Amino acid sequence: MPRSSPDRGAGLGAIRARRRRTTATRLGAVAGVVVVLFAVNVLLGTYTVTIPDFLRILGGADIPGASFIVLENKLPRAVIGLLIGVAFGMSGAVFQTMLRNPLASPDIIGISYGASASAVAAIVLFGAAGTAVSLSALIGAVVVAAAIYLISRRGGVAGYRLILVGIGFAAVMHALVSFLITRTDLRTASEAVLWLNGSLNSSNWDRATVLVAALVVLLPAAVILSRSLQGLELGDDAAAGLGVRVEASRLGLLFTGVALAAFATAAAGPVASIAFLSGPIARRLLDHRPSLGMAGLVGAVIVLGADFAAANVLPGTSLPVGVVTGALGAPFLLWLLATANRRGQGG
Amino acid sequence: MAVQAAALQDAPGRRPVDRRRSSTPRILAKLAITALVLLAFCIASLIIGARSVGIGTMIDAVTAFDPTNGEHAVVLSRVPRTIVGLLVGAALATAGAALQGVARNPLADPGILGINAGASLAVVVGIYLFGLSSASGYIWFAFAGAGAAALAVYAVASLGREGATPVKLALAGAALAAGLASLTNAVLVSSQETLDAFRFWQVGTLSGRGWDVIGVVAPFLLAGLVLTLATGKVLNSLALGDDVARSLGQNVGLARAMTALGVVILCGAATAAAGPIAFVGLVIPHMVRLVVGADYRWILPFSALLGPVLLLGADIIGRVILPPGEVQVGIMTAVVGAPVFIWLVRRRNMAQL
Repeated sequence: MPRSSPDRGAGLGAIRARRRRTTATRLGAVAGVVVVLFAVNVLLGTYTVTIPDFLRILGGADIPGASFIVLENKLPRAVIGLLIGVAFGMSGAVFQTMLRNPLASPDIIGISYGASASAVAAIVLFGAAGTAVSLSALIGAVVVAAAIYLISRRGGVAGYRLILVGIGFAAVMHALVSFLITRTDLRTASEAVLWLNGSLNSSNWDRATVLVAALVVLLPAAVILSRSLQGLELGDDAAAGLGVRVEASRLGLLFTGVALAAFATAAAGPVASIAFLSGPIARRLLDHRPSLGMAGLVGAVIVLGADFAAANVLPGTSLPVGVVTGALGAPFLLWLLATANRRGQGG
Repeated sequence: MAVQAAALQDAPGRRPVDRRRSSTPRILAKLAITALVLLAFCIASLIIGARSVGIGTMIDAVTAFDPTNGEHAVVLSRVPRTIVGLLVGAALATAGAALQGVARNPLADPGILGINAGASLAVVVGIYLFGLSSASGYIWFAFAGAGAAALAVYAVASLGREGATPVKLALAGAALAAGLASLTNAVLVSSQETLDAFRFWQVGTLSGRGWDVIGVVAPFLLAGLVLTLATGKVLNSLALGDDVARSLGQNVGLARAMTALGVVILCGAATAAAGPIAFVGLVIPHMVRLVVGADYRWILPFSALLGPVLLLGADIIGRVILPPGEVQVGIMTAVVGAPVFIWLVRRRNMAQL
């Protein structure tokens, strides 16, 4: 891994301080972009609200039409977009750093597929909608993640074995989804496909509340656990030598990463590529140092930007956000694969 | 990755005798037994189903067909399905064996490597843009998609010092499949008619394939089988590593290209005929290796015989497991194949071949 080795003559302390400052500046800049995009999503689009009107609505004034659209539609949608971006981004970064592979994000190693199969089963077999679908996605993600973990354990989890077992699970879950979609009428099938794309169209405050509650617990947990992440990134043996309890912190990180992805999927469906894209972009923004916070912010930028594009690029139609992130993701994916392999990090 | 490098290094010491383990007459006897098993599965495929018939009736239907006899008609209706199963099973298993040989990778499989996803996206685009509705229309799109995806995955995975390691190849395939699947979904979400045609193709099934489909894909499958079965010797020398193969006088680049061409023809035509079916190409070659060792001159023909056994077996189970409906064969192979895949991954020396 290319890392700039500090020049000892200049004083390590000064270099560290400067590096902390640049990190803080760049984090601040990306956070600023998130705020701007959030405002764009709330204020602009097919229904435009002026800033004074928006502030008056927040203050409690009732403007006919505008109040309802802002409070019940645009605001929860933007909040959920922001939060799933953060959750997917951090979840992806946790997996990518822990497994030391830029391609090992939850949407590729089977966890999102577990959520999808479970949710599609609920839609097709039980006619579920709304909260029931979210709940079954949550359960599916956790059950499949646990199965992958237990099966790939053999005297400790080797990273590559976890990845490959996950890919095996992904294939089975994919077959299951295909099967369920042939077993139902066309209307239900399109409903399931719509959910599979990931969409913010059915955002509401109930979902936002659940997501906020989950993140209040999970984000601090991720930040605390991320300290051992830097050790784990050096390899299991080196980490153990540095005093990291490898197996325990890996389990903790795994649980946090799965839970982040699962709650985000429950809120909006398996929105493609965000978990996958955020970590590597965040690393490039921070000179190849891993940062969960940066990954979360990048995820939020991607979701908010993609949702605004999805809702407004084609007039008259509102594409699901997952279509845009998926289309963005595919070429980036190939490029990432190519560069990761060329540097010898692809596994 | 260090673990795999170690596994690769100790590989030569592990199975030095496999290649010459069985004498030719013994292997030929095994081949004959395998052929008989396949014949038994073909017969089972003709007589078992929602309406099962006796074996005597089946023989009557074949030797002295009576158009007024309902049971004879049932047998006749299962003939194309059985032939498609034969061709597609042979194609997928042979392609899987050749792919594992040419990539020197035990996890190579058209499904895992994203080749099916490429074919799927191409077929969806074909349905959406050109209103295709038959397998004879799908086939060119499936070919193009399978070929492009195979090239992309292999090119991307073989970048870097160690070449295409199992993990890199599997990840490149899974990542490409995920990207292609979201593009496929994007088309499906915007067109219900496309979804309605596609959802039944995508699952991978042998039912509803008539003589017209066989007529279109059979020439490709047979040509691909001949081409791939002829690569056994080449794959044996590639298995020793590129340098050794080169010093044995092998044109490595040409050998790879010929094998890859055969694989793409087989996968593309099989996918066009039956839809994406995963795991047959993965599981069968490994089972064959347990029987005949590491000689590709035998692995390929045994795979061609055992692939249809798995596919027809899965299809037969799928017909009767969930009455009154059928479970498509693609689902059954995934259910059977995934445990084998995971078992392979859990073995310590999974990087060796």
